[in-house]
Amino acid sequence: MSGRKNFLAIMLTALALFIGGAGFSHAAAQVRIDITQGNTNPMPIAVPDYIASDPSTQGLAADLTMVVMANLERSGLFKPIDQRAYVQKLETIHEKPRFADWRLINAKILVAGEVVPLPDGRIQVNTRLWDVTANQQLASIGFKTPPENWRRSAHKVSDFIYKTITGEDGYFDTRVVFVGESGPKTNRVKRLMIMDQDGANPVPLTDGLDYDVLTPRFSPTQQQITYMALFDDRPAQVYLFNIETGEQESIGTYRGMTFAPRFSPDGQQVVMSFERGGNTEIAVMDLRTRKIRQLTNNPAIDTSPSMSPDGDYITFSSDRGGSQQIYVMNANGSNQKRITFGEGRYGTPVWSPRGDLIAFTRQYQGRFYIGVIRPDGSGERLLTESYLDEGPTWSPNGRVIMFFRENRPGGPVSLWSIDLTGKNLRRVPTPGESSDPAWSPLLN
Amino acid sequence: MLSRNSFIAAGMLSILLGLSACASNPKEAEPPVTRDPVGEAPTPEPVGPIPGSWEDLDQNVGSIVYFGYDQYNLTPEAQAVLARQAAWLQEYPETRIRLAGNCDERGTREYNLALGARRANAAKNFLVSQGVDPARITTISFGKERPIDPGSNEAAWSKNRNAMTTLMSSVGS
Repeated sequence: MSGRKNFLAIMLTALALFIGGAGFSHAAAQVRIDITQGNTNPMPIAVPDYIASDPSTQGLAADLTMVVMANLERSGLFKPIDQRAYVQKLETIHEKPRFADWRLINAKILVAGEVVPLPDGRIQVNTRLWDVTANQQLASIGFKTPPENWRRSAHKVSDFIYKTITGEDGYFDTRVVFVGESGPKTNRVKRLMIMDQDGANPVPLTDGLDYDVLTPRFSPTQQQITYMALFDDRPAQVYLFNIETGEQESIGTYRGMTFAPRFSPDGQQVVMSFERGGNTEIAVMDLRTRKIRQLTNNPAIDTSPSMSPDGDYITFSSDRGGSQQIYVMNANGSNQKRITFGEGRYGTPVWSPRGDLIAFTRQYQGRFYIGVIRPDGSGERLLTESYLDEGPTWSPNGRVIMFFRENRPGGPVSLWSIDLTGKNLRRVPTPGESSDPAWSPLLN
Repeated sequence: MLSRNSFIAAGMLSILLGLSACASNPKEAEPPVTRDPVGEAPTPEPVGPIPGSWEDLDQNVGSIVYFGYDQYNLTPEAQAVLARQAAWLQEYPETRIRLAGNCDERGTREYNLALGARRANAAKNFLVSQGVDPARITTISFGKERPIDPGSNEAAWSKNRNAMTTLMSSVGS
């Protein structure tokens, strides 16, 4: 245990302020990487190829290893060590590794894994995490899965490593819905698409022929998406889309436009904007009864509603004060309070799944920014800047924000991610131009 | 009378000058005389768009009005175009129109959808104030999704902040 404490002490280097504030008391266990810090020293981790106990799974095992490594690297919290530097070649994961060999290459953690074919045709993916400094196993886990599902196993393993080392849930076994854009600006086609969080398996869900899809959002509880369909011949409407069945249905019941939908945290309601006679208000629809309740009532543009994870509050944008700013109100529409007062314009507020922050798009002097602010209006921080940065979405653990960016005027639009710390800006690979990302909850 | 006389004098002078100009080019070649028994083919010339069509509205009245940045109030120019549209709509009472509100790319998607709706309805309200039956007008917003100019500069943005009028299919459809 003393070795482990030493290790903890080394890893918890210069302590700075918690950025998030509330909600960390539960993380008492093995917090080795403090992910509230800007992590400038990613943890060296060794990930040798998963051992294939049968030649039939050799290729799969190598591919799975690559996905795990890529996930860990992209998180910015880990630095996978080049496999060519490894001294020991693991023959089994069921014996202690030669820790000295791994210390020699400065590894802190060793991921030892194997892929075992099962008699029923499935595979079992076993993983052990070794603390190289303390000479002991940190944790182990096994997954059974059909072989074609190997990618999800790799994401599950990545989440397991993330949680073991940081004490918090990961976000690797997730998907992202987004808008795939093609064609010239004056004649754009915008299709609903879905992919894994790392950009793998991109699939179009709509063909873009009859309508454009904008602002898709995941249900926090089901395999369901809500989005806005933009038609050429009638006002835009909010739709529900079932990912498993492909079924779509309109839930807009107003004669005007309905847009800017988001699910409530329990997935039973959708908050959205509706427009009547040119005026835009916020309403909430109960998906079981299909009853709509109007929550705002004034001549301003009230839009982009997003519910807090406890369901008690809604943040939204409004230009009632003269310029577009961010407000917070109770979920029943009472007590509407402005929380941003900065120069420029604020839009697309999105409540963090942790509840402690609201992400937003800010426009100021011809530039666009993604930032975060506490729900009481304090602690505004801008994380990104470009010609156009818009539409933040949170990873389910509230640690990473994905958004879309047009880097230069007229340039292609693409997806990017940034850590809440403001570090680790990454391009998210997509098959073509892309916008409006929305992160799924952790899959089960 | 004096001024009238001087006007006549000026006219005479210009005639004299004109004559002298002609006279100064006495050696100009005679135009060749062509004797085409069929005669010159008449050049087809459009007589203008069909009255009451969208092309008529677009060319003779104006089918688009523009807005300032983040604005939805109607400029005097926009009001003039819409006043002509209202008169045109009175002239063709069977027509129905759709007003589409559009925005430049310098705003968020959701806000611009709302702003486009404001613009379309500002134009609609003006037409109604000019006596057009509101039942003949529908509105739609495309936000920043349907720019008419793909550029990323003020000239393009000022074109893309607009309300466009199109004709809907005939009554009863």
